[in-house]
Amino acid sequence: MTIAISVKNIGKQYKIGAAESKFRYNMLRDVIVDTVSAPLRLAKAMIGKSDRRLNQNYVWALKDVSFDLEEGRVLGIVGRNGAGKSTLLKILSRVTEPTVGTVSVRGRVGSLLEVGTGFHPELTGRENIYMNGAILGMRRAEIDSKFDEIVDFSEVTQYIDTPVKRYSSGMYLRLAFAVAAHLEPEILVVDEVLAVGDAEFQKKCLGKMGDVAQQGRTVLFVSHNMSAILRLTQEAIVLNKGQMLMRGPTQEAVDFYLSSGQAQAGERVWAVEDVPAASQPFRPISLKIKNRSGKVVDTVRSIESVTVEFEYQLDAPITGLRVGFYLSTMRGEYVLASFDTDEPQLFEKHETRNTGRYVSRAEIPADIFNEGRYSIGVNASSFGVRRYFMDENAIAFNVDISGAPGMHWSEPRVGPVRPRLNWAIEKIGEQ
Amino acid sequence: MSGLKFAIREKMTEITKHEPHTIYIKPSKGLAALNLRDLWIYRELIFFMVWRDVKVKYKQTLLGMAWAVIQPVMTMLVFTFLFDKVAKLPTEGIPYPVFSFTALLPWGLFVVALNQGSRSLVAHNNMVTKIYFPRLILPISSVFSGLVDFAIAFVILVTLMFYYQVTPAWNLLWTLPLFLLLAIITALGVALWLSAINVQYRDVNQALPFLTQFWLFATPVAYSATVISAKWQILYFLNPMAGVVNGFRWSLLGIVNGPDITLWVSTGISILIFVSGLFYFRSMEKTFADTI
Repeated sequence: MTIAISVKNIGKQYKIGAAESKFRYNMLRDVIVDTVSAPLRLAKAMIGKSDRRLNQNYVWALKDVSFDLEEGRVLGIVGRNGAGKSTLLKILSRVTEPTVGTVSVRGRVGSLLEVGTGFHPELTGRENIYMNGAILGMRRAEIDSKFDEIVDFSEVTQYIDTPVKRYSSGMYLRLAFAVAAHLEPEILVVDEVLAVGDAEFQKKCLGKMGDVAQQGRTVLFVSHNMSAILRLTQEAIVLNKGQMLMRGPTQEAVDFYLSSGQAQAGERVWAVEDVPAASQPFRPISLKIKNRSGKVVDTVRSIESVTVEFEYQLDAPITGLRVGFYLSTMRGEYVLASFDTDEPQLFEKHETRNTGRYVSRAEIPADIFNEGRYSIGVNASSFGVRRYFMDENAIAFNVDISGAPGMHWSEPRVGPVRPRLNWAIEKIGEQ
Repeated sequence: MSGLKFAIREKMTEITKHEPHTIYIKPSKGLAALNLRDLWIYRELIFFMVWRDVKVKYKQTLLGMAWAVIQPVMTMLVFTFLFDKVAKLPTEGIPYPVFSFTALLPWGLFVVALNQGSRSLVAHNNMVTKIYFPRLILPISSVFSGLVDFAIAFVILVTLMFYYQVTPAWNLLWTLPLFLLLAIITALGVALWLSAINVQYRDVNQALPFLTQFWLFATPVAYSATVISAKWQILYFLNPMAGVVNGFRWSLLGIVNGPDITLWVSTGISILIFVSGLFYFRSMEKTFADTI
């Protein structure tokens, strides 16, 4: 068998400073300090002595990962957020370079997530097909020969000479996907397809992936959806904190992943080394999702209330602290945000929290969620003063909607919420 | 007939279905090799990017392509009013409109490179963070898309020269392409430097309007390079655009001195900026996706 991908001891180091910088300008104090010190910083950067570099933390997003993959195999990659899955795929598709190690890849690498990259709203569907094809590395002759097929697949034949800004989002996505799907790379990487598009589109993605695998091409598949991993891959690797913990037949790998407590089974625990030094004196300990009977669960029922429990330690007193969470869908749309001192009485009562261990607990009432998977991000800050800790994607949970309103119709309901509303039907007249 | 078409198509598919070659990915060290091979493989992308830029540029405008004419002509008219009618700057016997328009040709190309080129990486950050392609394509194609406006402006210049009955110099046929090449190299060199710096320090965005204006004053676009006194000439021509603009005037209008030491100074600086820009760009390229 020919080896399609050979990965040898690769590692990728990132600066944490860079990732945090996007939240830097939230506070006026930061802005002022930044403005005043800007000329100094510029001077330091010019002579190559950036002060940022000195107090920057480096992390290994990926470390000592090695594996070979034979041509025509489908490999699943599992691991929780931040395990290094996306970094691995980025290195394999040459978007970013590894810090150490080597990779040899035989053939063109394509991805189903690059859909629509380089699409321009002013160009027509036809023009965008050529543009996007070229960006993905197709030759013009190749696009010419596949053009009809792409248009058929996208089902937008009628509108092919209309600027794509007039397309519905569904048409746009279908066209973009059609180009990516016809790239016919020797190696296909699929990263969390389930995060974009509607159910129909996801089905199409998975279908296409299955086809590609059947044609004897090599596929790397990253997903949080264990059933999709089990259905589509023969073997899998498990990543944790940038390291490869195991590789084996998919069933074994998935069992290992789920049982080793890395799966976000309703509880997230922060080890001391997971917490950035900058969050002192705030130290997160755990975040739990509990059902009505107080059990820690991964799946909650929409018709029951859910409790979110955040445990943390204060190593010094903090004034004006607010701890809370952001709730969003897996597509990244926010559903709500809530903080423990939203009630003015509570805020006054807990104006200064002394050193010690705390739990902030919130009950989300029943009949809120629609079916699907939701993500919770946590946040601890003193408003307008300082943000201590933030994890945008701390935990995820599923919602089961049996018993929810409207279940006697087997249609999916749009939107992230599915509340039980007080409907009344009145007859207000004859004829 | 359709059979033949089909056969050709088959043949084309055959050509593109090459034996997969192995790519080695490893951390690049020090001065990275230029990797011109990949640039060659992706050459069609340059064409598509330029074509897209041109296509999109005047979409949803009332005047459309006319803007490519209006912009340089208006600048020329303002210059003529200010520097010819009011300031009465010397133009070595050439009608001022022709005199300034000749300089606006390479200057326009340079401004496009300076502005679009420097922003090219940041503007296409979704491409940079999602897929692989030689990053050099972005600044290169934004410079090339300036060539389209250049061609339109060139037609206007020819019209102007007819109108004012200015006879072009005979050596224009071989010198003009050379000076155009020099203009492209200069523009690309500056775009390479600024686009790569812009990925890390967005200060470039803030500095661009000022830089463009300052550079215009430091370049003999509105005035003649002869107004600079002799002892400052070498220093003045450290600005590579001064050499380019002067070269265009010499080549098209046959005025000012031919290629003397000042031209070589400017050319040397252009090549220096271009080559160092290439290597700087390549050495920063590996972290573009992480820092953009």
